[in-house]
Amino acid sequence: MGKMRGAIVVDEERCKGCNLCSIACPLNIVKLSMTVNHKGYNFAEQTDWEKCTGCTSCAIVCPDGCITVYRTKED
Amino acid sequence: MELQDIIKPENKVYGKPSLMNETPMHYCPGCSHGLVHKLVAEIIEEMGMEEDTIAICPVGCAVFAYRYVDVDWIEASHGRAPACASSVKRLWPKKLVFTYQGDGDMACIGTAEAIHAMNRGENIAMIFINNAIYGMTGGQMAPTTLMGMKTATCPYGRQADLHGYPLHITDIAATLEGTCYVTRQAVNTVPNIRKAKKAIRQAFENSLKGKGCSLVEIVSTCASGWKKTPQQANEWMEENMFPYYPLGDLKNTVE
Repeated sequence: MGKMRGAIVVDEERCKGCNLCSIACPLNIVKLSMTVNHKGYNFAEQTDWEKCTGCTSCAIVCPDGCITVYRTKED
Repeated sequence: MELQDIIKPENKVYGKPSLMNETPMHYCPGCSHGLVHKLVAEIIEEMGMEEDTIAICPVGCAVFAYRYVDVDWIEASHGRAPACASSVKRLWPKKLVFTYQGDGDMACIGTAEAIHAMNRGENIAMIFINNAIYGMTGGQMAPTTLMGMKTATCPYGRQADLHGYPLHITDIAATLEGTCYVTRQAVNTVPNIRKAKKAIRQAFENSLKGKGCSLVEIVSTCASGWKKTPQQANEWMEENMFPYYPLGDLKNTVE
C-alpha cells in the first residue's frame, strides 16, 4: 500500500509569521523559523518533511496564501 | 523518496489561487480578511467568472481589496457598497456582483443601504466581515462590539446604558422578504473554512440565478484590535463571539 508523501513550499518573503499554519498542522511539523525575512517576520517552515502527508491544512488556513502543497503516492 | 521527487508541478495539490495578485497584503498577520479574499478568488476561479465579476469594495480594512483579487472592482463611498452594487447589477444583470464589507461599513454607516438593498431583493451577494471592532482606525467600538468588550473608545467595556446593545444585522436580514440566503460562518478552522467557502459559493450562484439577495456573515478576528496574537484571537472568538453570533444558516429559500 503506497503511503501518501507530501511537501510544502513557503513563500518566505510573503509570510507574516502569524503561526496559524503551525497550529493547524495535525502532525506538528510546521514551525516558525529562527531567522527572519526582509520584513522582519519569522516565516513558516517545515521541520520534518518525511512525515508530511500533504493534507493541505496549513495551506488552507494561511491568510496570505504563502503555502504551496505537493502530494504524491509512494510506490 | 527525495524531496525533489515530491515537489513537481504535476504533484501540486494546493496553492495560492491564480486570481490573487503577488502584491503583499497590508493586513496584519493572521487577519481573517486574507482568508476570505483567498476564498473569493478560489470560488471565482472555480466558477470561471474571472471576466464577468464586478465586486464592490467597502471603506475599512478591506478598502484595498482591489489590489489583491484580480477582478473588476468599484470603490464605493463609506457604507454605500450595496447601493452601488444594486445599480451595477441592474445595468449588468448577467454579471456576478458582490459587495465585501466590514462591520463598520455595513452595520454602522451603511445600515440603511444594506437593509434596503436586501429588502428590495437585489440579486447581489454580500459578504459581511464581522470582527466586532473598527480595525482600520485603531480598534474603536463598533455597533457589533460585544457587551463588556474593551476597545479604544470604551476602555471599561461596552455598557448597555451608555453604548446600547450589539446590532445583529444578519438576524435582521433573515427577517426581510427580499433575502434568499442568510448565513453566518467563520474561518478559524479547516472545516469552518470549507463551510464558509461553500456558503460564499452559494451566495454567488444565487446572485447569478437572480434568486434575491444573499448575505454571508463571516465572524472574524482582529488580532491587532483585540490586542492578541492570531492564535489567542481565534480562541477568544470561539469563546466569546460564537455564543453571541452562533454559526449556521439563518435562512435559505433556494434549496
